[in-house]
Order: sequence, then C-alpha cells, then structure tokens
Amino acid sequence: MNLEFIINTISLGSMYALLALGLVFVYGILKLVNFAYGEYLMIAGYALYVLGTFTGLPWSIVMVAAIFVAAFTSYTTELVAFRPVRTKSMSAMLVTSFAVSVFLQNLVVIFISPRARAVRFPSFFSETVTIAGATVPVRNLLVIATTVVLLAVLTLVMKRTVLGMAMRAAADRFTATRLMGVPANLVISAAFLISGLLAGTVAIFWVSRSASVDPLIGAAPLLIAFIATVMGGMHSLIGAVIGGFVYGLLFNILSITLPASLISYRDAFMFVIVILFLLFRPEGIWRGGYTEERVG
Amino acid sequence: MAPLLTVEKLVASYGAIRAIHGISLEVNEGELVALLGVNGAGKSTTLKSICGVLRPVQGTITFAGEEITNKAPETILKKGIALVPEGREIFGSLTVAENLRLGAFAVYERNQYRRDLEDVFQLFPILKERLGQAGGLLSGGEQQMLAIARGLMSRPKLLMLDEPSLGLSPTLTEQIFGLIASLRERGTTILLVEQNAERALEIVDRAYLLTTGTVEFTGTPEEIKSRVDIASVYFGDEDDPTCEVTV
Repeated sequence: MNLEFIINTISLGSMYALLALGLVFVYGILKLVNFAYGEYLMIAGYALYVLGTFTGLPWSIVMVAAIFVAAFTSYTTELVAFRPVRTKSMSAMLVTSFAVSVFLQNLVVIFISPRARAVRFPSFFSETVTIAGATVPVRNLLVIATTVVLLAVLTLVMKRTVLGMAMRAAADRFTATRLMGVPANLVISAAFLISGLLAGTVAIFWVSRSASVDPLIGAAPLLIAFIATVMGGMHSLIGAVIGGFVYGLLFNILSITLPASLISYRDAFMFVIVILFLLFRPEGIWRGGYTEERVG
Repeated sequence: MAPLLTVEKLVASYGAIRAIHGISLEVNEGELVALLGVNGAGKSTTLKSICGVLRPVQGTITFAGEEITNKAPETILKKGIALVPEGREIFGSLTVAENLRLGAFAVYERNQYRRDLEDVFQLFPILKERLGQAGGLLSGGEQQMLAIARGLMSRPKLLMLDEPSLGLSPTLTEQIFGLIASLRERGTTILLVEQNAERALEIVDRAYLLTTGTVEFTGTPEEIKSRVDIASVYFGDEDDPTCEVTV
C-alpha cells in the first residue's frame, strides 16, 4: 500500500461518508429513505453553475451559496411535500420522495437545459501536490479537510446542543421526544437542513470531478449513500460514516485489483458486496443505535 | 374551584378498534387520582388522549380552564401536563444527564434548571451517581426513576404516570409507590394508571375504575373497597361468555 492509495481512499471515503451521513440524518428521524436526496446535490451543482457563470462572484462565495441553496431546497421539500403526508403511510412518504426527485429534475430540464452544463472551478482544484513522493490532487486534500471539520462540528452540535440532543432522542423515540415538549417539526426541519447542507458540500467535490452538471447527476450519489448506509448500519450516524469509508475503501481496492477488462463492472462487484451484507449482516457494520418507531 | 383537568365523554380508537367509549373524569389541584382496571380497559388510552399522543374521536379535554383537545403533545406539555409513559421510554443512547435536560426542554432557564436538578437528586439520589451513563444501561428500577425525574423536570402542573410499577420487583414497586405518595405530599397533582389496584388504593385520594372503555365506578378508596369486589373486576365472572376462549 502506498501513500497515494491511502490518501485517495481516505478522500473518497470522506466524500461518501458525508453523503451517507446526509441520508441517515433524515432516515434516523423519519425512517424514510429520501430518494430525492441526490437531487439536493444536483441543485447545488446548478447553483454552482448559475452563480459561477453569470454573477462574477468570487468562487468562495459561490460555493458557500451553493451549499445553502441545497440546504434550503432540502428544507423546503420537507415543508411543502413531506410534512403534509408525514402522518400517512410509509408508502406515501416513499412515493412523495420519488415525486420530489422527479419534480426537481424536471425543474432544471425546463428552466436550464436537459443537457450537461460546464461548471467553472478555481484552478487549484485540479492541481496536484507532492507529499512524501506521492502525487495527490489538491481536491482530494480539500475533501479530507472539509470532512474533518464538518464531522467535528456535527459531533459538537449533536453532543453539546439541546437541539442535537433532541435530534438524537427523536431518532431513538420520536413520540417520547414530543412528550418532552420538543416540537416534531423542529427536529424534522433541522434534520432536513443538515441533510441538505451535507449534500451541498459533497456537490462541490462531486461536480468538480467532471466540472459539469446535468439533471441526472444526483442518481449516483444517492445510490452510493444508500449502499454505504446499508453496509455501515442505517441506525446510527456513526454507522453511516463508517459505511462511507468502507465503501470508499472497497471501491478503491476493486479499482486496483480487478483486471482491466472487468474494471467497468466495479459497480456490479459493489452490489455483490451489498448483497453479501444483506445476507450475513443486515444490521450493518455498526450494530445498535435506535429503534424502528415510525413517525406519525 | 374548577377542577384542574376535566375530561368529558371522551371517545378514542386505534384505527377501527374503539378503545374508550365516553369516559368522563376530573382531577382537582393537589389530588392524587388513579385510573384502575384490567388490560384493555382504556387506562393508557385515556392518558394518551389527554397528552395529545392519540387524537380522540369525540369528547373534550379541559386543562386549567383551557380546552386542549386535539392539541399536539409538545403544546400540551407546555401547558403543564407531563406523561411518564408506559414502558418508561428512556432515550437509551442518551446519558442520564441528557435525558433530564430534555425533560426541561420546554421550560429551560439555567438557574431554575439547577435547582430542579438538585430537587430531583434529593428524590432520586441514584440518578446523581449515574449522570454520565447511557440511559439504556440503567436497571429497570433506575429507568423508572429517571422517567419520573425526567417528567418532573418540565415542572408539570399535572403529572401522569402510566404503570410506573410494571415489571419492577416488589421492593422497587414499594419504593415507587412511596415516592408517588411523597410527591403528592409535596403538592404535585398526579393522575396514576395502575394495575396493582390494591396497592394504589392505599395511597390515592380518589379512583376511577374502568372496564372495557367506560367508567364503571368512581369514588374514594373506601367507597370503592366497600362497593366493588376488586377481584371480580380483575378476573371477571366465570360465567361471563366474553371470557371464553375458543380454539
């Protein structure tokens, strides 16, 4: 194992960990796999495109704005689409999440374009640096740094603030949390906001890889987040982070061990691993966590 | 003076299954009142309807002169009703300290909170030793104490306890009953749901006896003991056709 492989794996794992975490924040409280999650990332990508191309704002502001656009989108979809059906059946919630997904995709198809758009990034994003003989893209180091900061901040929020406590409690026992006087809408809105914030942050790095955005760009990250949470464990935030890193590690191992003729089937191998997980360890790597009480 | 809590002709159901058919009851300030009856009599359902977890089909609930029917649980808690739910519902992954802090969520004020904590530690010294421990790792008795303590942290005008002795050893049950009695001495208004009717009747001011979703009898413990054969309520008439089990 060389340093390059290690840094790239940590970098990929970081990105996937943030992705998975964003999905589990909402799942933890609503027990809903939000299939519109990838679209928050997509919307952030388009925010990068629009603000970066037409406004001339400095890139740092464009990026922060894009993250907030994703958070706002996530928050709004909860308010407009999920809240009215929250007390209904689980299927209603699931179908709603698909509807939101399709709606957001078509929004950009209609108002921007069905075709991919080029997104401009500052030049240092695509540069590389040499660390102890290993050549590493600057972007990968940025992902790691961002993840470390975000995980530290989120840990503080969840452990040290009352809202964080309330969110952990709500993931554990939703009704009992309301009996403490915690408004249901408060914790749910907070979960969607954080979920969108994470999707928006990942969007910057995700979009920067191809420097373009298209209406279907959200599908892959959603799938990765979903698979990572299945592997790591859907029932805790720690599980999601572990799942993200494990996904990154397995993916990179497959990338260097598979023969060239099979490399394009990496995803198929990942699915085999997921099936093995579902068969032999359905609760994921990280056991425990909270219960399965539905919100209603 | 008007009662603190008035429930009038309350009807509630779980989906198509009607659990209570028109229950009326009152709790006065400072009183300790019990709802007694067998499983399925509608005791817990009544509490759930009062605290807003279950939306009643019909009837009105008035608390401190204000109608609270159909309000959300978080709103009702703010009005001053705390439920210590059946099965304790401790947040297992949160520490004891965090459980207590959430109990005070709606009324938090730093100095008041510290005083309330000290107060609660007086009642439950064991919780002070366990502050940093995860709630899920406490024993059953300790969890029940934490659940009651957590309920008290919201400074309720009415504390509702749902089966606080369930699953506890006789010694711990005694301890919990002693505690409920001392809470009453301190002036806390309590609505208690208990299966252990004999023991509950020793400490309450009044009781309502529920059978299959209606109030069968109400009165002071003496009146209930003299007029109703508790055993028959709990074990049913042997001739009662509804008790027959067909295989």
